[in-house]
Amino acid sequence: MSATRVAVLRFPGTLDHESAARAVEGVGGQAVYAHHEDTALPEGTQAVVIPGGFSYGDHLRPGALASRTPIMAAVKSHASAGGKVLGICNGFQILCESGLLPGVLRPNASLSFICRQADLEVADSGTAWTGGRLEGETLSIPFKHHDGAWFGDPGETRVVLRYKGENPNGSIDRIAGISNLSGNVMGLMPHPEEAQDPLLGSVDGRVLFAALLS
Amino acid sequence: MSPTMGDSGKPLFEELGLLASEYDRVVDLMGREPTDPELVMFSLMWSEHCSYKHSKPLLKGFPTTGPRVVMGPGENAGAVDVGDGLAIVFKVESHNHPSAVEPFQGAATGVGGIVRDIIAVGAKPIALLDSLRFGTLDSARSRFLFRRAVEGIGHYGNCIGIPNVGGEVQFDERYEDSCLVNAMCVGVVPHDRILSCAAKGLGNRLVLIGNRTGRDGIGGASVLASAELGDDDADKRPSVQVGDPFTERKLMDLCQAMGDAGLLVALQDLGAAGLTSAASEMASRGGVGLAIDLDRVPLREQGLAPGEVLVSESQERMLAIVEPAKMDAVVEMARRHELDATDIGEVTDTGELEALWRGEEVVRIPSLYLTDDVPFYDVPRDAAPAAVAIDLASVPEPDDLSAAWLSLMGDPNVASKRWVFEQYDQLVGAHTMRRPGGDAGVVRIPGTDRAVAVSLDCAEWHTEIDPYAGGMASVLEAARNVACTGAVPIAATDCLNYANPEKGSTGWRLAESIRGMADALTAIDSPIVSGNVSLYNESPRGPIYPTPVVGIVGLLDDASTSIGSAFDRHDDAILLIGYGEPRVDASRYLGRCEGAPPAPDPSADAALFRLLAECARRRLLKSAHDVSEGGLAVALAESCIAGGIGAGIAVPAGRRADEALFGEGGGRVVASCDPSHVADIAALAGEGITVVQVGAVGGDDVVVDAGGSVARVSLQEAAAVWEGSIPEALEAQ
Repeated sequence: MSATRVAVLRFPGTLDHESAARAVEGVGGQAVYAHHEDTALPEGTQAVVIPGGFSYGDHLRPGALASRTPIMAAVKSHASAGGKVLGICNGFQILCESGLLPGVLRPNASLSFICRQADLEVADSGTAWTGGRLEGETLSIPFKHHDGAWFGDPGETRVVLRYKGENPNGSIDRIAGISNLSGNVMGLMPHPEEAQDPLLGSVDGRVLFAALLS
Repeated sequence: MSPTMGDSGKPLFEELGLLASEYDRVVDLMGREPTDPELVMFSLMWSEHCSYKHSKPLLKGFPTTGPRVVMGPGENAGAVDVGDGLAIVFKVESHNHPSAVEPFQGAATGVGGIVRDIIAVGAKPIALLDSLRFGTLDSARSRFLFRRAVEGIGHYGNCIGIPNVGGEVQFDERYEDSCLVNAMCVGVVPHDRILSCAAKGLGNRLVLIGNRTGRDGIGGASVLASAELGDDDADKRPSVQVGDPFTERKLMDLCQAMGDAGLLVALQDLGAAGLTSAASEMASRGGVGLAIDLDRVPLREQGLAPGEVLVSESQERMLAIVEPAKMDAVVEMARRHELDATDIGEVTDTGELEALWRGEEVVRIPSLYLTDDVPFYDVPRDAAPAAVAIDLASVPEPDDLSAAWLSLMGDPNVASKRWVFEQYDQLVGAHTMRRPGGDAGVVRIPGTDRAVAVSLDCAEWHTEIDPYAGGMASVLEAARNVACTGAVPIAATDCLNYANPEKGSTGWRLAESIRGMADALTAIDSPIVSGNVSLYNESPRGPIYPTPVVGIVGLLDDASTSIGSAFDRHDDAILLIGYGEPRVDASRYLGRCEGAPPAPDPSADAALFRLLAECARRRLLKSAHDVSEGGLAVALAESCIAGGIGAGIAVPAGRRADEALFGEGGGRVVASCDPSHVADIAALAGEGITVVQVGAVGGDDVVVDAGGSVARVSLQEAAAVWEGSIPEALEAQ
């Protein structure tokens, strides 16, 4: 059986495409880059990762310009057909801006960029994204953002991950990551691609990439 | 003929910062009066910032060669071999004066500038570090500068996607007017992809890549960076450049793609003095001439004079030499990266820099006049009086050692710098193994099992008191931090921040500290491969401390053997490893730059570094942490806080218990290991190095017994004070 083909999106200003691609390969997938101008996902794409960074330099609003690119139209078709999409940090912002996930990401309550390792609580064990972990179990994954406070109606979504303990950025309900109601589109502010290697401190991010292949 | 007059009624050369004698030399060399654009070019290239006219003769004392050195000083950045066909490229640079005038953009473009130096060598940047110095936090101006400089570094560094893995922050009233913002960048490149800045090949095209040229940063290197700061600094704000990190990221990706595709003959970044500096360096280095058509330079605004186009410091620009047959590919690749690449001239065989403007020749200068013929100056070397040791009896002994300990943990110079480094992306790229806050940042070399450890450090109080010993101490502190991760120090970069070298004992301190640095670097086999000098960090209120910031790069052949600073497990043995006795002289505990701190011993440090590397290789140590500011007690508490577990140790009181706890000096490391490894570690220690088991990890308190005087702090309380100090100082007012 050939490896699951995962498209890793690249916009001008995307930063985490290489580490996201390594994470895909690390769980046994095949990573293929797709670019902002492309009008279709690469042939045979089974899942999509929208990695973090500062697409278009965060001009206008984080994710706003990227959400209006040709490749995102292709991602919407992929998602509406039930295909999996994982948006990380700026990728989460792009998913909210494009309407694939509800809500918006507002500036952190501190109004400053924060980079920190965090314990994330599994809030909904019913999606594929947490690899069968039970509610209340934790994943150690770093976050780093300036505009990461999710704001919206939690009733319109499935809350998958919450920050454990103190709310670091002022998001509603300590939300760190959500999926759509059907569970195939997931967005989170923390960076699972940076929690793949014991030498870097944690391997808890692997479950989110493994979910792309399931 | 007489020199052109400027707007102020003074001669133009004087307004531009040249001395009358320097102007005469220009006229002598040229055999005629320079045109206005030519004069502007000389004034920038002959500024201290670009020419090092006061420091270059002294820099010759540095060791710059060694078996690992691939490229030494003189290029955009230095490079050292790290095996697997790869080289590590790095440099530290100052952006002090712009940051004092406009801290956000000053610090941001400081990051942008040093990153372009690494890109220019063809390397992929993998790490950033910063060394920052401001006035004390009870000053509103210093709090403003500190906050905004950190935000600027974060704004730029986060957006271009290079992890910030370390550095240092210090506060002292001497930096109230003249803050220091030094940034270091580290990159990696295969040996066969290293690019030089030397222009070559008659008829090859001169290509300007990246941003359009505007009026920002005109005269930044001369009026701003090569003069003392004063009351009219707000007027100098237009001399500060404005950064655009999104464009820099595109430029970084483009330059790497062009390097990979073999499209470039040479590459150079545009920094201080803009096009003038870049073109003259490329021409001089390659022994060729360059002809520039200024009308082809893409401008951001109309109405720039030719001299302005030639010296604008607009950011995010690079200059490349490209074979004519590859021009189409270069332009197309730039278009795909949404950037301009514009043919603005060609390589000639005249050795001259020529510039055409509206069809007329406005500049024709042999490039060597600009790059090599600056007059060099010997700095006056008036020694300061010799230091006198502190009479310990004059230092009041604290009633409560535990309270003194907590108070020291809360000194902003000792306290956690989390407030700073949490504003930086420490992880992007997913190679950061040791994050800021430990002894040194450790980053895996992408695609290999190796890692580099990097630290930036300086011992400015020691350098003020005894510049030779302080120069050594600055090198050895940085190297000790690197060695504590288990890495072997292999090379260095330096940023020499000093006051006005023409005044007082500054020249002597500069010369002596360079001598001390050179001797220490030789002893630890770490040549200098790149560096930067920033003089005139002085205001009417006085000079800064002599601040030779040293960046050391170390290598771990097996990344998985790296050591952190955190204690691990109950009952692990705590070792004090190293040499030297603690002294209160010029310590943070004393709180004043006074006394005669003992000179470090570079050969003993070299033995200490070998021991730590060997212990790492054999996986004998669980943690290692340098004893520096705050002494043994602070180092112990920091390893406890990092590990979330207490510890207890006992040491001799020496001259006095408070000195044993808080004194500084020598080369000492607090380490921990499984109790079964203590003997193995002691057996590996070389001459001059002692390994003493002083206690054990465990409990909820941190306890030091110094000859029967016991100091005790709770882990929780120590952590709260240490972590809370800087945020509280910023919020309190």
